Amino acid sequence: MAETITLGKALNHGLRRALENDPKVVIMGEDVGKLGGVFRITDGLQKDFGEDRVIDTPLAEAGIIGTAVGLAIRGYRPVCEIQFDGFVFPAYNQIVAQVAKMFYRSKGKVRVPMVIRIPFGGGIGAVEHHSESPEAYFSHTPGLKVVSCANPADAYTMIQQAINSDDPVVFFEPKRRYWEKGEVELEAPLSGAYPLHAARVLRPGTDATLLAYGPMVRVALDAAAAAAEDGRNLEVIDLRTLSPVDYPAIFESVRRTGRAVVVHEAPGNLGIGAELAARITEECFYSLEAPVLRVTGYDIPYPAARVEEDFLPDLDRVLDAVDRSFGW
Amino acid sequence: MAKGERKAGGKPPAPADGAVDRIPGGDAPAGGFVQLLTPDGEHLGSVTTADGTTYSVDFTDEEYRGFYRDLVTVRRLDAEATALQRQGELGIWASLLGQEAAQVGSGRALRQQDMAFPTYREHGVLYCRGIDPIMPFGLFRGVDQGGWDANEHKFNGYTIVIGSQTLHATGYAMGVTMDGKTGSPDGEAVIAYFGDGATSQGEVNESFVWAGVFNAPMVFFCQNNQYAISEPLERQTRIPLYRRAAGYGFPGIRIDGNDVLASYAVTRAALDNARNGQGPTLIEAYTYRMGAHTSSDDPTRYRIASEVESWKAKDPIARVKAFLAKQQVADADFFAEVDETARKLALDLRERVLAMPDPQPVTMFDHVYPNSSPEVDAQRKAFDEYHASFEGSGH
Ligand SMILES: Cc1ncc(C[n+]2csc(CCOP(=O)(O)OP(=O)(O)O)c2C)c(N)n1
Repeated sequence: MAETITLGKALNHGLRRALENDPKVVIMGEDVGKLGGVFRITDGLQKDFGEDRVIDTPLAEAGIIGTAVGLAIRGYRPVCEIQFDGFVFPAYNQIVAQVAKMFYRSKGKVRVPMVIRIPFGGGIGAVEHHSESPEAYFSHTPGLKVVSCANPADAYTMIQQAINSDDPVVFFEPKRRYWEKGEVELEAPLSGAYPLHAARVLRPGTDATLLAYGPMVRVALDAAAAAAEDGRNLEVIDLRTLSPVDYPAIFESVRRTGRAVVVHEAPGNLGIGAELAARITEECFYSLEAPVLRVTGYDIPYPAARVEEDFLPDLDRVLDAVDRSFGW
Repeated sequence: MAKGERKAGGKPPAPADGAVDRIPGGDAPAGGFVQLLTPDGEHLGSVTTADGTTYSVDFTDEEYRGFYRDLVTVRRLDAEATALQRQGELGIWASLLGQEAAQVGSGRALRQQDMAFPTYREHGVLYCRGIDPIMPFGLFRGVDQGGWDANEHKFNGYTIVIGSQTLHATGYAMGVTMDGKTGSPDGEAVIAYFGDGATSQGEVNESFVWAGVFNAPMVFFCQNNQYAISEPLERQTRIPLYRRAAGYGFPGIRIDGNDVLASYAVTRAALDNARNGQGPTLIEAYTYRMGAHTSSDDPTRYRIASEVESWKAKDPIARVKAFLAKQQVADADFFAEVDETARKLALDLRERVLAMPDPQPVTMFDHVYPNSSPEVDAQRKAFDEYHASFEGSGH
C-alpha cells in the first residue's frame, strides 16, 4: 500500500529500514540523536535503535567523516549527516583524500561503504552557508559516487540503495523539497526498485530535453507543463545520479529531441551542466538543433536570502532558455 | 610598534611554568621522561612517575636479545631502502633512522588482536607485526599505493596526509567498543602513530576530542622526532606535547623514545588500559630523526651538525648492546650473527624490490569503485583500444 508522505519522512523511513535490516548500519552526525537532526530526518531513530546506532557526534565534520572511515574499516556502514551544505568543507579533506581513495590505494582490499548525506540548495530564506550546491566538487572526485533524490519515492529507495552499496556515496538531499509530499511504497522490496545509478524520464516529450536533479526537478517539470500550453512537448529527465552520470539515457533522449537544456542551482562555471554540455556535444553532435544551454546559479557566492529568488533558476528562466534553444 | 607588541613570527613568551620541551643537544627534556635503559646501557628496573604509576620490565635474556635483533634488523632494512633510493630504485624513502626504539618497543607491545594505524615512517612497527618488510616498498617504488589489506595485517595503509589516520584509528576504536571487545584483558586496543608536526593538525585534535568523549580504546603514539621536515618543535607547540592530553581529559606521558624498554613498558600499559575499558592515552616518544625527513630533504639547511652528533650519544641500539654485553648475555658471536642475519634479510629485500615489476598501465583503472562505474569502464576500454592501435604495443 502506498502512503503519501513528505520527502523528509521518506528518508526517515528509509534510514529506519536500513537500521533494521543491517546491524552494522550506524547513523552519525551533529544533533541526529535526541533532536532527530535539524531537519528531523533522523527523528525517533535514536530512541528506537539506541545511542550506539544513532550517534550524536562532537561538532567537527572532519571528525565525523574520519571516524566513519575507521568504523567502515572495522566493518560498519556509517551514514553520516552533514548538517548543511556549507559545512561539509571541514570534512573535504577526509572525503576527497581518504574516503574516495581507500579502495583504490588498497587495491580493492579495504572498502569504506559509507553514505554522506548533505541537505543542499537554497530557496528556504536561510542565512549564508545554508543554501549551497557543492555537488560538483564531489562529482569531480574519482572514487566517490554522487546522487540526488528529487521526490519522496526516490528518497525512500535511494537512501537504502546508497547504504547497501559498497561504494562511498555522497547523497544530496534537496532541502527545500523536504516538505513536499508524494506516494511511497513502504513495503516494496528494494530488490525490485529502480537502480540507484540511473536517470529517469519523468515526463516524456519530443521537442527538447530538460535535464535537472534534486531541487530543480520540480522547476523543470513545472516549466514543461507551462511549455505544453504553448504547444511545446518537453521531455524532463531527473538525472538522479551525478557520478557516474547516466549518459546513455541522456544521449538517447537528446538524439530524439535534438535540444537539451540543463538546469542546476550551482554556479555554471565548470559545473555539472558544463560537463553535460560537453559530453552531449561529443556524442550527439549531428542530432543537435542548437547548442546545449544551461540555466544555473550565477558565478557569485550564494547571495543574501532576500534576493535568492533572482539567483535561483526558476520557471521563467528555464522557459527563456527553451525559447533560445528553439530560436537558434 | 607599540610597547609590548610582538612582531609576527617573533619568539612567543616562555610558558608560565618555564617548561621548555626541546633541549638542543638532546638532553632529557625539562620535566623528564620515562626511561628504563640509560644511554650507557644501565637497566633501571622500574620507574615511578609523578602520578604514582610504576613502569617496569623484566625480560628473559632471550627476550632482551630479541629486542636487539629487531632494532638492528629494522635499521639494516632501512639502510638498504635508503641505498635503493639513492640508486634510483625507489622514488622516495622515509627513513626511521634514530626512531627504532620507539617503533620496536611500541610495536612489540601490541598484542596480536590490536590494530595499528601508521604514518609513512612506521617500517619498524610493520616489521614487529610480523609483516613481510617488502609490503610498503611498492608505495615507495611507485608501482602501487600500498595495496595491502588493513584488517588482514592489523596494520592500516600508510597515510601520507598528515594526521588523517588518527581519526581513522579513533573510529576503528569506537567500533571495537561497539563490538563489545573492550573491558577485559583479552580485549582489543588500537594504536595511532603520528609525528610532532601532526599535532598541529585539526584532525589530530579532533581525534583527541573524539577519543576522550567516546572513551575509545586507543593509544596515541606521537614520535616527537623534533622536526616536521625543517620546522622544529617550537613551531608546533608552546607546551610539551604529552601535556596536551590533559586538555582532552586523558593521560599523557612522555617517554625516552630512544629507550626500547620504556617504549615497550609504557605502550603495553597504555594498550592494556585501553583494552580494559579505561580509555585513551597519549604517549610522546621523545626521540630524534637522525636522517633527512625523506630522501628528498636536505637537513643541513635547517639544523647544525653538533645537534645530530649529540643525539648519536643516545643511540637506541648502542645502549641495548651495552646492556647485553654488560650482563654477559650476548657475546661477539651473537652480535656478529645478528648483523649477518640482518644483512641477508636486507639482501633478500633488495633482490625482491628489484624484481618488482612495473604494473601494466591499464591496471590504473582497477579498483576505483567496489561496484565499478560505466564511465571508468569506458575509459579503460578506450585506453586499451588506443594503445592496441600502435603496432607492437606492449599493452
Ligand atoms: C596535510 C599535509 N600537509 C603537508 C604534508 C607534507 N609533509 C609531509 S611530511 C611533513 C612533516 C611531518 O612532520 P611530523 O608530523 O613531525 O612527522 P615526521 O615526518 O617528522 O615523522 C609534511 C609537512 C603532508 N604530507 N600532509
